[in-house]
Amino acid sequence: MATDTETNTLVAFVRERAVLIALGLFVALLVADLFRKLGTGALTAASLAGFVKDGTVLGLSLGLAGIGLAMTYSILNFANFAHGDYITVGGVVGWITAFLVTGLGSFEAQPLVLLRASSRTLGISVTTAPVAIFLGLVVSVVVTAGLALLIDRIVFRPMRGQRGIALLIASVGVALAVRYLLVFTLQTGPRGLTAGQATPSWDLPVGGGSVTITAHEATLAVLAVALMIGTHVLLRYTTFGTAMRAMADNEDLAQVSGIPTERVIRTTWLLGAGLTGAAGFLIALERGALTMSFGWQLLLLVFAAVILGGIGSVYGAMVGGLVIGLASRLSLVWLPESFIIAAAFVVMIVMLLVRPQGLLGGVTTV
Amino acid sequence: MSARVDDGMAAVSEWFDGRSDAALLLVLAVGLYALFTGVSLVLGYDLGGIVNTLRRITFLSAIYAMLVLALNLQWGYTGLFNLGVAGFMAVGVYTMGMLSTAPTTNPPGLGLPLPIGILGGVIAAALVGAVASLPALRLRGDYLAIVTLAFSEIVRLTYRSPVFETFSVAGLSLGTGGSTGMSLPTNPIRILFYENSQEVTSPPSAFGEAVFGTFEAIGVRAPVVEGTAYAIVLLFVVAGVYALLRRVGNSPFGRVLKAIREDETVAGALGKDTRLFKVKVFALGCGLMGLAAILWRIGGLASTADFRPITTFYVFVALIIGGAGSNTGSVVGGAVFASLLFEGPNFVRRVVTQYVDIGIGQTPSTIFEAVGPLASLDVTPLLAYTISDVNVSALRLVLLGVVLIYLIQNRPEGLLGHRTETAASVDLSERPGGEDR
Amino acid sequence: MTTTAPDSDDAPADESAATTDADADAPLLQVRELEKSFGGITAVDGATFEVERGTITGLIGPNGAGKSTTFDLVTGVQTPDSGQVVFDGTDITGWRPHQAANRGLVRTFQIARELDEMTVLENAMLAPRGQVGENLWRAVLPGVRKEVVRQEEQLREQAWETLEFLELDHLAEEYAGALSGGQRKLLELARVLMIEPEMILLDEPLAGVNPTLEEKLLDRLHSLRDDGYTFLLVEHDMDVIMNHCEPVIVLHQGEVLVEGSPEQVKNDDRVLEAYLGGEV
Repeated sequence: MATDTETNTLVAFVRERAVLIALGLFVALLVADLFRKLGTGALTAASLAGFVKDGTVLGLSLGLAGIGLAMTYSILNFANFAHGDYITVGGVVGWITAFLVTGLGSFEAQPLVLLRASSRTLGISVTTAPVAIFLGLVVSVVVTAGLALLIDRIVFRPMRGQRGIALLIASVGVALAVRYLLVFTLQTGPRGLTAGQATPSWDLPVGGGSVTITAHEATLAVLAVALMIGTHVLLRYTTFGTAMRAMADNEDLAQVSGIPTERVIRTTWLLGAGLTGAAGFLIALERGALTMSFGWQLLLLVFAAVILGGIGSVYGAMVGGLVIGLASRLSLVWLPESFIIAAAFVVMIVMLLVRPQGLLGGVTTV
Repeated sequence: MSARVDDGMAAVSEWFDGRSDAALLLVLAVGLYALFTGVSLVLGYDLGGIVNTLRRITFLSAIYAMLVLALNLQWGYTGLFNLGVAGFMAVGVYTMGMLSTAPTTNPPGLGLPLPIGILGGVIAAALVGAVASLPALRLRGDYLAIVTLAFSEIVRLTYRSPVFETFSVAGLSLGTGGSTGMSLPTNPIRILFYENSQEVTSPPSAFGEAVFGTFEAIGVRAPVVEGTAYAIVLLFVVAGVYALLRRVGNSPFGRVLKAIREDETVAGALGKDTRLFKVKVFALGCGLMGLAAILWRIGGLASTADFRPITTFYVFVALIIGGAGSNTGSVVGGAVFASLLFEGPNFVRRVVTQYVDIGIGQTPSTIFEAVGPLASLDVTPLLAYTISDVNVSALRLVLLGVVLIYLIQNRPEGLLGHRTETAASVDLSERPGGEDR
Repeated sequence: MTTTAPDSDDAPADESAATTDADADAPLLQVRELEKSFGGITAVDGATFEVERGTITGLIGPNGAGKSTTFDLVTGVQTPDSGQVVFDGTDITGWRPHQAANRGLVRTFQIARELDEMTVLENAMLAPRGQVGENLWRAVLPGVRKEVVRQEEQLREQAWETLEFLELDHLAEEYAGALSGGQRKLLELARVLMIEPEMILLDEPLAGVNPTLEEKLLDRLHSLRDDGYTFLLVEHDMDVIMNHCEPVIVLHQGEVLVEGSPEQVKNDDRVLEAYLGGEV
């Protein structure tokens, strides 16, 4: 009888972890195949390094864009589908600012505001127009934070305490309204932003070839890491951070213990949306172009990053972003390019099934 | 103002309460037809134009009603928040296309008879739905929303991938057409009117000749007659789907679905295998979404652009308008959404263009040219800008967003969601054989 | 009332071995060495007890003694780390709740969990086992549906009878969400009765119920017991336990401290100590 129970427990143990074990084997197989490909020369070290670099840059973009989402998700308990369009707003207003700062005086104002002026003629890059870029970043933060507060006031605040799904549906409405108001005023179509010829880049030798890193990729990487660390420190060592963590844990308890929940929510939106705006601006800088739906197109990947990292965790968002970014670019080793986004989604879905609490495990670490 | 809108909706829904479902739907249909006939007359359409307008309204309303009914089963009844509607629709359409388009077309299909293609498409959508529901068994609402949305994007990106533009399985050539899309078999309604329904160039059959001739005489051309006949057939299909889902809802099966929506733990504690029910609901709902999409696209093109997440949101808006949880509400929501929110703005544009003289080539191309003249109190450029084709499309989506926010804030139960549709296969309102209560 | 066979598909085929149908004297529920801990805190620590057929057995213990967790473990809402639950001769350890319910073991919840947007009658009709109409095709296809309708008519009658028995019939068409706290408790009882189980675990069925209703409810429990039902009752009100339960099991810190008649339990020093001392 006793052995029976033991066997049962063992069986249960294996069954519970069967998916995890299978997944581990699958990943091990991929790694082995990767080495085989490197060994046989089917894949050069340089192109692998290129994938890793691209994946890291994408991962940091997603991580940075994900912090704001993680913050509002943990405080307000809903998946904000308008988050992607906050990213777009940040990119658009920041770049209008950068265009105006650079071009006003020598160019007509209207094409600058509409982001229609030729990026080649304007010649913006971090090195040629650092002031414009800096001001653009500042404006993207301020405007996006302001917009998020306004929308919270109109849409989400009257709905406090409602179920997550109701808020989610409202946020879909916000997403549509914001995106298509942008389209209405500025019209669709991609906009070139930076001047490739004015952007410095470096070739790092890898194996027989080399990997190119542009100044804008470097800027994104450095600022993303700096902003993430800054946010973490802010949330760790300030009263606001403590209040926010308390609310994420248990809102009722926080309210009873005298934490001004409405103020914490406002500050969360300010900080979260500000970071989101910055992310939008920097991602557009790195890509050198934007469309009115680039944030929306990033949204699912950002969700993937945040969920993967464990909702409510800043470091989690960063780690999740890197995993998603690397997974999608490294999938190029095996898959055609048209599947890289799908690959990232598959990673997210599998992850949710195996470990729904996220990589850094359910605790709100912030 | 918002209060007045809310009162209005409350009044409408109160009025609905007192009516039987059939009367309600009839009044709705008559109202919408009257409205669009009026608009057509304002636009100066002849009889052919009026019929064509009503055909389009009917067609779209029927398709959306079907989609909303299917989603209502999943969300309204069972509480499963499926944001992957577009993906399951795509599976239905593409499977049908690959099964039934001729091997000679580009991309090639298997050339199987259309009924097999349609059945195959519905079954494929149902199976994919069942597979996709496996996460639904363990995820909470918002995660399920994100996963199903991601799933539908995976489906769309796969169909769009050049890898599957044309490919072969077991020596048979197949293809999705990648980003250019795939032309689908001709509309089966042509069997009624043409000698060889699958040939676009086929001459009409004797019956077709007679019908076309009759209608031609009163100014309704053959394609409009054909389309109208198809729209009428679709109304019958909607009626069938409605009857099916009403039966599903009003049964012990539907009772368990409601229980899962209300409190899954309780349903489990009462001996219901909730996982099994959820899988079945996903399969049935997604199969119907596949069917609706097939009926929507057949005779035209399957393109991944039609299966973006926005299509899913359309269906959600329609369901929320009608009221989640009510089958009759689903039909009402589908019709109101399709005719007023989806098609309405285009008609507003046409009416405005009719009565405001903008002048050819005078439409401003930027917001500055549109707003600038406001300084001299000239609103025409702004109006012209606003009602230009692309901008009406953009504003329609803004409107959709605002409507969504308004409804979820002020009237989350929609027009009919608060009504009692008791889940039992027998009438629960009386107690036969029992003494008076 | 009609009797319906449990859905045989749902229960793992484990009944071939020693079922006690032949042996009506064997305990209906046997719980052996049940253990469960959450993140290092042991909630149930080797609880072992039995419930005889046809009794109203009381389960008491100070707060945190592990009563609700024990209920969860027995009914499959949670899986025990180790130990065994045997119901009517069948090892049901680790079964999912719906499997246990279909085997005849059901529970109510400490806080009444009604299906708010369903009517009282719908709530009651949801519960019974073996409903053919829960099969999607049978509920829909013409022809086979006749059987569903026939069964529904029976269930409707049965539901009315049960609601009358618990004096809820005047509320039959109300939404469950509109009921008062006490009425919700009654409805929960009605629901589990509709299942026609062999044994019912009641988690504080009298909390929030007014004294008149309480008397009535206890009265009903006794008559149901006389009809052959078996109850395991968690309750805080000592008077209820002492006057209505026999035997009484005392849980303390996740294990069984004392088991015996109300008199024995009342006069046991260890019980007093457990209640007064809190943590030892």
